[in-house]
Amino acid sequence: MRITRIANEQAGLTNETVDLSVMEPLLEQYKSKSGSLIPLLQGTQALFGFIPAEAFQKLSDATKIATADIYGVATFYAQFRLSPVGKTIIKVCHGTACHVQNANAITDAIKDYLKVKDGETTEDGEFTLESVACLGCCSLAPVMMIGDNTHGKLNGKSAVRIIKDLKNQLCSSEADGQLK
Amino acid sequence: MEKTKVIVGLGSCGIAAGASKTYSQIASILAQGEMQFELARTSCIGMCYKEPLVEIQDAKGKIIYGDMTAEAVEAVLRAHILEGKIDTEKAVHAEKLATKEDGFFKGQVKIALRNCGYMDPESIEEALEHDAYKAIQHLINTKTESTDVIQTILDSGLRGRGGGGFPTGLKWKFAYQNESNQKYIICNADEGDPGAFMDRSLLEGDPHAVLEGMMIGGYTIGASQGVIYCRAEYPLAIKRLNIAIDQAKEKGLLGENLFGSDFSFDIYVKEGAGAFVCGEETALIASIEGQRGMPRKRPPFPAVSGLWGKPTNINNVETWANVPWIINHGAKAYAAYGTEKSKGTKVFALTGKIKHGGLVEVPMGVTINDIIFKLGGGIQDDKKFKAVQLGGPSGGCIPAELGNTIVDYDSVNATGAIMGSGGMVVMDESTCMIDLAKFFLNFTQEESCGKCTFCRVGTKRMLEMLERITEGKGEEGDLEKLEALAYQIKNNSLCGLGQTAPNPVLTTLKYFRHEYEAHIYDKKCPAKVCKPLLTYSIDPDKCTGCTVCAKKCPVNAIAGSRKTLHTIDQKICIQCGECFTVCKFEAVLVD
Ligand SMILES: Cc1cc2nc3c(=O)[nH]c(=O)nc-3n(C[C@H](O)[C@H](O)[C@H](O)COP(=O)(O)O)c2cc1C
Ligand code: FES
Repeated sequence: MRITRIANEQAGLTNETVDLSVMEPLLEQYKSKSGSLIPLLQGTQALFGFIPAEAFQKLSDATKIATADIYGVATFYAQFRLSPVGKTIIKVCHGTACHVQNANAITDAIKDYLKVKDGETTEDGEFTLESVACLGCCSLAPVMMIGDNTHGKLNGKSAVRIIKDLKNQLCSSEADGQLK
Repeated sequence: MEKTKVIVGLGSCGIAAGASKTYSQIASILAQGEMQFELARTSCIGMCYKEPLVEIQDAKGKIIYGDMTAEAVEAVLRAHILEGKIDTEKAVHAEKLATKEDGFFKGQVKIALRNCGYMDPESIEEALEHDAYKAIQHLINTKTESTDVIQTILDSGLRGRGGGGFPTGLKWKFAYQNESNQKYIICNADEGDPGAFMDRSLLEGDPHAVLEGMMIGGYTIGASQGVIYCRAEYPLAIKRLNIAIDQAKEKGLLGENLFGSDFSFDIYVKEGAGAFVCGEETALIASIEGQRGMPRKRPPFPAVSGLWGKPTNINNVETWANVPWIINHGAKAYAAYGTEKSKGTKVFALTGKIKHGGLVEVPMGVTINDIIFKLGGGIQDDKKFKAVQLGGPSGGCIPAELGNTIVDYDSVNATGAIMGSGGMVVMDESTCMIDLAKFFLNFTQEESCGKCTFCRVGTKRMLEMLERITEGKGEEGDLEKLEALAYQIKNNSLCGLGQTAPNPVLTTLKYFRHEYEAHIYDKKCPAKVCKPLLTYSIDPDKCTGCTVCAKKCPVNAIAGSRKTLHTIDQKICIQCGECFTVCKFEAVLVD
């Protein structure tokens, strides 16, 4: 049931205050158009990576839609997140084709490696592990998507290797940054 | 001599297999100047199992090479272009030459997919060379009456490809007959069935065909606005649709007063936000309007009161893509394919434990066995074919014994499955049917919008029962309870989601009841999938005493020292299967 999502997501309370002014151009673009609540939420999420609790009031003020209705829409769709996520999102496909080709093994291996549960973010805020239903590359099942890159024909080991490589890249590029 | 052309297949699946790297590699080879050719791109031709694909066109005709990773491509290009040699090992399809993979194309008839993989989807010039917008132009220039277009579609026998199979011409007729100052056309590109990707490939490969289909629909029913509702998980499809819309507008093929007439038509793309139920037409409309995607009662049907309360005609991507072809070639040509009540062709996404996974378009009426064994090349690792799932979470399993069932709406329905949108997930003996039913129910249970009690609570109760059964806690009477609840959910749900959610359970109960019984009474999983029902033991003949399994066991259930036989303490074992995975000597037995 979709309603269970509400309980799963703690309202987006962060220690940092978010700068809502970056939402202005978005609000300008959509506020007077009917039916644009979903694009507004999508836009907000694109700005912050999730929808901060404070943003609901701002959206409501601009669109004159009740915050309750906005919250209702935000919790209905799987795409919307109400709490912050890691810098990199790992989406492991659990569609039918991937399930039949043992997608569970991939999620298990990644969980083990990153020490997180499904839907959680690593302590360093680097990675979030998610399950999705079908990325449309079923013939390459099992599949995962990291950022915009899709990786196919995986097994637990190769999936972890890809993440390891990524981690090493991140580390070395950070080190580079510090040198400069 | 004609200039050599090298074309890389850049669909989502190709890119996932590394086609972008192949493309860059070829571009750098081209830049070196040793070989002269034109580099181009196309989309998916359907041979996903051989991705990345590279096609070379020259005096020898067209030849497609498979498995063209960035590492492999240079050698093939060199041989082909510089030495005039064809690498027959890598060639998968050729105009003038037989290849090993020809079986994949034999028997296919490409109507909806006519241009996918044969043109650059981001170039309207190429689309125009492939007859794009010819049908709508013809209708406008000849001032064809709406009723005549509807008659043509009715005569073609085209039925909705989104799953329901409702006659498209009839749907158009209703929307046409309802007078209104504003009407809408919607293209359903939500493709929610996990394990199906026909619509994605079509949108990525030939967006203009869908746009033109929608224009023809708009012209016929009297709508001037079209909306494509596309799921957000398909970024490439959305990108190519937007490119196609911009290009068509620039060329004056979309917009005001088309082809000098008073017909105007505009299209925009609306991104979904991740909800399976939004594929249902009334939920989809609610979602476009910015609300929660909850289905509502019908009637009124969208043809009477749809988007913003106006008459609306909604069809699936594949349905729309067929329309221009039918106008160009005539209803008779289309109806020449198929069976008595299901005309034309259908695209299927072949996935799962099949050798040649990919997209195939076949005339209605071929058998499931033909699709799986002739086109699909049979089962991976030559295992035994067990069942095929049609119609995703709303559909059902067809067992191997019924492999001679032909694919058309009525024959598939008769098995208890549904045609659905065209996902065909093939399973072999290593798939547990109860686990599969549980998987689908988990999906529908999560995706239920929560409006109807039976769908909301009933699916949850069914899921709990299946979970108990797979954990070895099944009891006498469970199957009867499952069945009773399944029918209650079917009969008491408002929309298709609830009405079909029990189908996977009902079909597996019908065809694989013995497997359920093995779980409940013998506490065994015949496919060896449900972990709590497995017992792990060590084969004394094969164990070398390497200690790897003992080290890996998370609960220290394995005893034994170096070079002595290891044993598993069944009382401690949690059936995680780790020992089975790590043993290099196949000494761990599962029962
Ligand atoms: C739960 C549910 C999900 C659906 N998902 C889709 C979908 O993803 N794509 C689609 O084209 N039709 C889907 N449909 C069918 C649509 O409601 C509708 O019948 C279809 O878009 C009509 O187009 P057609 O006549 O061309 O098939 C779904 C129906 C239900 C009940
Ligand atoms: S099922 Fe995983 S990509 Fe489709």
